[in-house]
Amino acid sequence: MRDVSAHPYMANSVPAIQQEMLDSIGVATVEELFVQIPEDHRLSRPLDLPPALSERELRRHLIETLSKNSTTEDNLSFLGAGIWQHHVPAAVDEIVRRNEWLTSIYGEPSSDHGLYQAWFEFCSQLGELLNLDLVGMPVRSWGTAAGHALRMAARLTGRNEVAVVRAIDPERLSIIRNYCEPPEMANHIAIRLVDYDPATGLIDLEALRAAVGQQTAAVYFEVPSYLGVIDHQAAEIAAIARAAGAETIVGVDPISLGVLSAPSAYGADIAVGTIQPLGVHLHAGGGVGGFIATRDEPRYAGEYPTLFISIAETIKPGEYGFGRALLEQSSYDQREKGKDWIGHSVYMWSVAATAYMAMMGPQGFVEIGEIILQRAHFAASRLGGLKGVRITFPSGFFKEFVVNFDDTGKSVSEINDALRAEGIFGGHDLSSDFAELGQSALYCVTEVHTHSDIERLVGALQKVIAR
Amino acid sequence: MSVELKQYQAPVWNEPVILDMGYPGRRGVLFAPVEPEIRQHVGDASDLIPSAMRRQDRPALPELSEPEVLYHYLRLSQQTLGMMGISLFGTCTMKYNPQINEAMAWRPEITELHPLQHEDTMQGALEIVHKMDLMLRELSGMDQFVFQAGGGSEAAFTNCAVTRAYHASKGELEQRDEVIVTIQTHPCNPATAAAAGFKVITLMLDENGYPSLDALKAVVSNRTAAIMVNNPDDMGVYNPEMKEWVRIVHEAGGLAFYDAANFNGTMSKLRAREIGFDACMFMLHKTFGAPKSGVGGPATGAYGCSAELAPFLPSPLVVRDGDRYRLDADRPQSVGKIREFLGNVQVVLKAYAWTRSMGAEGIAQASDISVLSNNYMEKGLLAIRGVTRSHPEATTPRMEMTRYSFQKMKEETGVDIHDVQNRMSDFGIDPLWASHEPWLLPEPFTPEAGEMYGKEALDQWIAVIARISDEAYSDPELVKTSPHNQAVHRLKPGMIDDPSSRAMTWRAFKRKMVTNG
Repeated sequence: MRDVSAHPYMANSVPAIQQEMLDSIGVATVEELFVQIPEDHRLSRPLDLPPALSERELRRHLIETLSKNSTTEDNLSFLGAGIWQHHVPAAVDEIVRRNEWLTSIYGEPSSDHGLYQAWFEFCSQLGELLNLDLVGMPVRSWGTAAGHALRMAARLTGRNEVAVVRAIDPERLSIIRNYCEPPEMANHIAIRLVDYDPATGLIDLEALRAAVGQQTAAVYFEVPSYLGVIDHQAAEIAAIARAAGAETIVGVDPISLGVLSAPSAYGADIAVGTIQPLGVHLHAGGGVGGFIATRDEPRYAGEYPTLFISIAETIKPGEYGFGRALLEQSSYDQREKGKDWIGHSVYMWSVAATAYMAMMGPQGFVEIGEIILQRAHFAASRLGGLKGVRITFPSGFFKEFVVNFDDTGKSVSEINDALRAEGIFGGHDLSSDFAELGQSALYCVTEVHTHSDIERLVGALQKVIAR
Repeated sequence: MSVELKQYQAPVWNEPVILDMGYPGRRGVLFAPVEPEIRQHVGDASDLIPSAMRRQDRPALPELSEPEVLYHYLRLSQQTLGMMGISLFGTCTMKYNPQINEAMAWRPEITELHPLQHEDTMQGALEIVHKMDLMLRELSGMDQFVFQAGGGSEAAFTNCAVTRAYHASKGELEQRDEVIVTIQTHPCNPATAAAAGFKVITLMLDENGYPSLDALKAVVSNRTAAIMVNNPDDMGVYNPEMKEWVRIVHEAGGLAFYDAANFNGTMSKLRAREIGFDACMFMLHKTFGAPKSGVGGPATGAYGCSAELAPFLPSPLVVRDGDRYRLDADRPQSVGKIREFLGNVQVVLKAYAWTRSMGAEGIAQASDISVLSNNYMEKGLLAIRGVTRSHPEATTPRMEMTRYSFQKMKEETGVDIHDVQNRMSDFGIDPLWASHEPWLLPEPFTPEAGEMYGKEALDQWIAVIARISDEAYSDPELVKTSPHNQAVHRLKPGMIDDPSSRAMTWRAFKRKMVTNG
């Protein structure tokens, strides 16, 4: 055993304890316990890592490093595009950071009853927002939820093609491609992109009808779309999918569901989306999480790639507990025959989301939806009034909208650089991923943006454009 | 050894499901009203929504004040044993989650960082990602890491996507459609290989605890795309022929992936790249000190590979340019995205903090302690009536964990592994982990001592198992009806297996309660 002083994270690092344990098992050195590793597998030198730091040194080092970041709190940010700045109530942070559930362990229902109840409450509250009875535990992101849902649809229908709206986050589409393609593989799922109408941002229904047929396992679209548009043709899209025998999969932003129709209302079979807006910070992109929900039918339940938490009576009359359901269809039980794979996901964010939904209640969701709609439309209207600036789809959007700068003679990149110098993070640059939209950016306005924030943006943009 | 067991009684709050709580009109969040200038300008919110898309009903969420929500969840947290007990959860190389790591990861310089910000405004985050990459390269011998995967199984999927791209680049993807695993490879490896479109070939174990070279040779061919294995496996058995395995797979044109889930047994002792592996995976949650939160993360699967595979890695990579860090997304052969953005940067930060706290000496010491502690426990556990070990004929010391069986006890008393799990929680100790399916050993259990718990805790854990064994032989009903000291009792059998009674949401529960009377 090495002669080092005791380490604060390792109770048995005291040499005398190790000696006691060695004596107990009757070996002279720890090295004798590693005889299974052959000599020619061994690393012949010590690891070359930076020297160990005390807590004080570590804290100083990390704070110095992190101070090189400039945040959405230090700046006025209009970035969205898959992860959004919403207010996180302090009580949500207090709840999610409890050490009882912030652990490296795998809790069982018998010892972690409270955590299982919190997970059940997450699924239950999300089910109320979605008007759906079957909600799985969260998956890692909206993109992975969409990918899994498309694979579910292929298994449900026995078909191997899906129609996917083209007004989609390129990152999400790339994930979906990894879940469905490539065509060389026996189980590939071909993706047919359905274009949007350049005048409205809505799905091109004729293109959809042309893309959907007997081969189609699912139609996937989003409300609101990546470009922010609330597609009012949703029921018609679902009807086209149903007529072809395909599943309708809708991606939604749950923070919109106090004011926008639940996907089940316009014919969605499978709803997916993100849980990040429900009380999770941005975390540099680490705040994302996804969900999958359906009607409570064995047909759907049997194809989920997630864990389920079910409520059930205990052996004591009148008492309820929680258990894992349908684990036997997962890869933990079935290996390669499982319904895809499980593992560690983002359940900590489900604790944040359940606390957030409980604090919001029905009225909170209505109000936040209305505030976002009004502030976002106000911002779009004010920006659209600037010389050379055009709002590409000026009505029927939720919190994001496309701002076109072609007539300013400046690129989004130049504009954003200039805004950044003013302490403003401009909208996400769409010019390479959606070249047909020209020099456009996706602006996001939520409940955190006040009237004066919006006026500050308008003023700064006016100055930048006039240069 | 005489150990006095701790007395334990879980808090019982009889806490309702939150949807059964509240009072109409209560609020937990208030918003400032929209400014009059805005309202005058845009009008009513409902007019801004296409009429077909306006919600007609109100979501049936509970209506609660902030303190009611706070205390409800604090009571639920009290009814969660978490790490207050002794959790020797095997196959995980679990670590203590240092509080300084949490404190740092919840600073606004991380929590309020948007992943699409200009890279100039996130130099600190990029620096940490890059430095963690460098440290993992040293620990594994690989040439490049990426942290996009949201967990170990997603890293396994990443490997399958990279494997596809690599063989496609050689025009061999249609031909190379087989992935080889062993029955002791974690289930996510065959599952992700199958999801990625590969056929899975599973090798069974020989008497010595690992598959034979002949078994491997019999299945390797020009159809082999890759092998995915861990070493040591979840029984604590190390395959000493692994270099030869990798050579055989390489010779056939396949790739070799090393799942470092059981890293404690080998960290500082060997490096996957030097055994010959092309790629490997670490779990930054668990193994590198970041929490996985009960069972769920957010987690991070750190995926690393050789320079030859690096062009296929998910995009973007964080690269260093002089004194600056930037995101390299111009990578034409990349598989694209496995998950959105850069991955769980806050988890990378926690893992970075843990690695800097440990240093090379601390990591070597943690490996030594975990193997020593496992062998110390083995002596105690094998002395307990009804406990046996896998591969009893293999006499070399196991590494960081050992697989045991309660089969003998079950045959003699009727008490099974699930009864033992429930009873353990009566002593304030986390239920043991059995193993992944298939249960090669009946009634298995796989404790992993790790380096976090002291000798007293290990003794306590062994004493609890000894006590439960005594109870099984003297009063089996006591064990079979447990838990008795927990927040709630065990579930009625069958309810969650029956579609007419299982309920994954409150609304499904209410509907089924009415239907079922």
